Amino acid sequence: MTPLLKAKEPFRFYTRLHLSELTGLRATTLGQLVALIKEVPGSSIYHHTHRFLQQHQFFSPEPPNDFAYWVTEILGEKELGERLASIDIMQFAKIHDLREKIISVIEEYLKDVRFSQLKFAREGEEFYFIKSVSFVIPTDHVADNLADFALIMKEITFDSIYFHIFEARLRLEKKANDFSNWIENSLGDKELADELAALDPYTRTLDDLRGAIIGIIDKKLFEQ
Amino acid sequence: MIRLEEYIPIVGQSVIEDLRLIAARLKGKTIQHINSTSVGGGVAEILNRMVPLLQELGVGARWDLIKGGEQFFEVTKKFHNALHGYPGEITKRDFEIFLETSQQNINEVDTCGDIVFIHDPQPISLVKKRHGNKWLWRCHVDVSNPNEKVWNFLMEYIVRYDAAVFSAPSFSRRLPIRQFLISPSIDPLSDKNKELPQDVIDRVLLKYRVPKDKPIVTQISRFDRLKDPLGVIEAYQEVKKYIDCRLVLAGGGASDDPEGALVFTQAMEKAKNDKDIHILLLPQNDIEINALQRASTVIIQKSIREGFGLTVSEALWKAKPVVASNVGGIPLQIKHKYSGLLCHSVQGAAFAIKQLLNSPAYAKKLGQNGREHVRNNFLITRHLKDYMLLFLSLYHGEDVVYL
Repeated sequence: MTPLLKAKEPFRFYTRLHLSELTGLRATTLGQLVALIKEVPGSSIYHHTHRFLQQHQFFSPEPPNDFAYWVTEILGEKELGERLASIDIMQFAKIHDLREKIISVIEEYLKDVRFSQLKFAREGEEFYFIKSVSFVIPTDHVADNLADFALIMKEITFDSIYFHIFEARLRLEKKANDFSNWIENSLGDKELADELAALDPYTRTLDDLRGAIIGIIDKKLFEQ
Repeated sequence: MIRLEEYIPIVGQSVIEDLRLIAARLKGKTIQHINSTSVGGGVAEILNRMVPLLQELGVGARWDLIKGGEQFFEVTKKFHNALHGYPGEITKRDFEIFLETSQQNINEVDTCGDIVFIHDPQPISLVKKRHGNKWLWRCHVDVSNPNEKVWNFLMEYIVRYDAAVFSAPSFSRRLPIRQFLISPSIDPLSDKNKELPQDVIDRVLLKYRVPKDKPIVTQISRFDRLKDPLGVIEAYQEVKKYIDCRLVLAGGGASDDPEGALVFTQAMEKAKNDKDIHILLLPQNDIEINALQRASTVIIQKSIREGFGLTVSEALWKAKPVVASNVGGIPLQIKHKYSGLLCHSVQGAAFAIKQLLNSPAYAKKLGQNGREHVRNNFLITRHLKDYMLLFLSLYHGEDVVYL
């Protein structure tokens, strides 16, 4: 085994904590839903496509977003639910583009299946728009090399994993995730960085995602 | 006194570390909670645990009470019911009584906190005293369909706050101030929720003469029309045609509540020909409630209205499959077919109970999912985190805050 390479820059783990802010906006029909999706802030689209996954980790790989869940379970529009659930969030580096995609999926469906315009939610089952307020805080965990990094990965919260994978990629409009960035730029291991960047976080539970990352790094450490 | 480190085996070291990271950003601030009672009711129960934990984290926290006579609390009870949407006349005199007592409290209560955190409508008028500090109004009531007269009266005060906090999205309305969603929580270390040895559970069953020979279906609730105990019996009767089981309806004392006593009598009457129905009027004994929940095969919460319905989280924390009405905060706790089953009627409840009794593997999976959902979202540690973030949000208006 070769000695562990010390990183050019240490990796500091951050955590990202959310507070849910109510907008007071609600939709009863698909028409209202799509109209409000056009209007709400990006942090609301983020909330309904990302927070949902985090709050309902055990769902994955079932409906990965709130919109899919609502149209399926409340409006009974299973086909639209499937179309929304299968949007490949990995493709979208910006919330703006993701929002446009969701709008086009719903509007196409409304054109294709005209009677779906007549469906409405019962009182109390409307779609309530919420937005996320995020607090980004540095933790005390710092890794200087890959072995330390793997050890810390086992301990940090899901919120921290979330910040470095999801928040970094999408909300902050970075293309790769923080882990692969650091491994490529500070450890110079492009192969490992690419392997981590290729993980699709949207079809796994966070626990599975943590396990997959640790597995890939442990394998690399063993090879060294 | 329970200490933070005791939660580590349940939520993990890193969750507690996060609490310390946030708390460090609140150093030097004093959070002043104000409500109307120090004992009884969900607010007092939460504050009794929350305030010492905040103090342990190094956040200045204090808890003050307003005063009020019998008449004042009769009026605020009327307000409470009206906010829940009950019909009932609120008179001009009622508002006068509220204003008179409110003025006395404005004169007497020292609102010196950096953040003054007002719980429920009783102390709402204290905001007239604001003097450069931050003010939060925490609404613990279901205000999805409030009596407009009372709501409009309260709005005069609500708009003076920096932000309002609600327990469920359906309670939110368009307001000119920021509003946040913070669910209440259960304490996994409390007598009501902690692990119990089997012999304790068995002793409670023996005490209340509930044999373990058949599956037990249970609803824990006070005898209140809004908890629909008669509907629960009807659902059980539907199930009983196909599956031999027992029903336990257990709840707190109703002796000082005339309507509660009537509902209890009606439930007894409806159940009188079935020895497998156990209607238990329990004293306030959290261990016994805990034991009955743990002894159950399926737990029901067939409420017609709910503020939040924390009995659902209590049941899910015990990994029990739950059938519950789709009202109030219940849909936050149960995602249908993933962490429990939601229903809208007696027939729907009966069908769901039959499904769970006939499919133990499915029931087990829902219960396990439910427990993890509660671990992530409805324990006191999450509540503490949300409250501290809420306090920080008062000093930051942006959607992404770097600390």
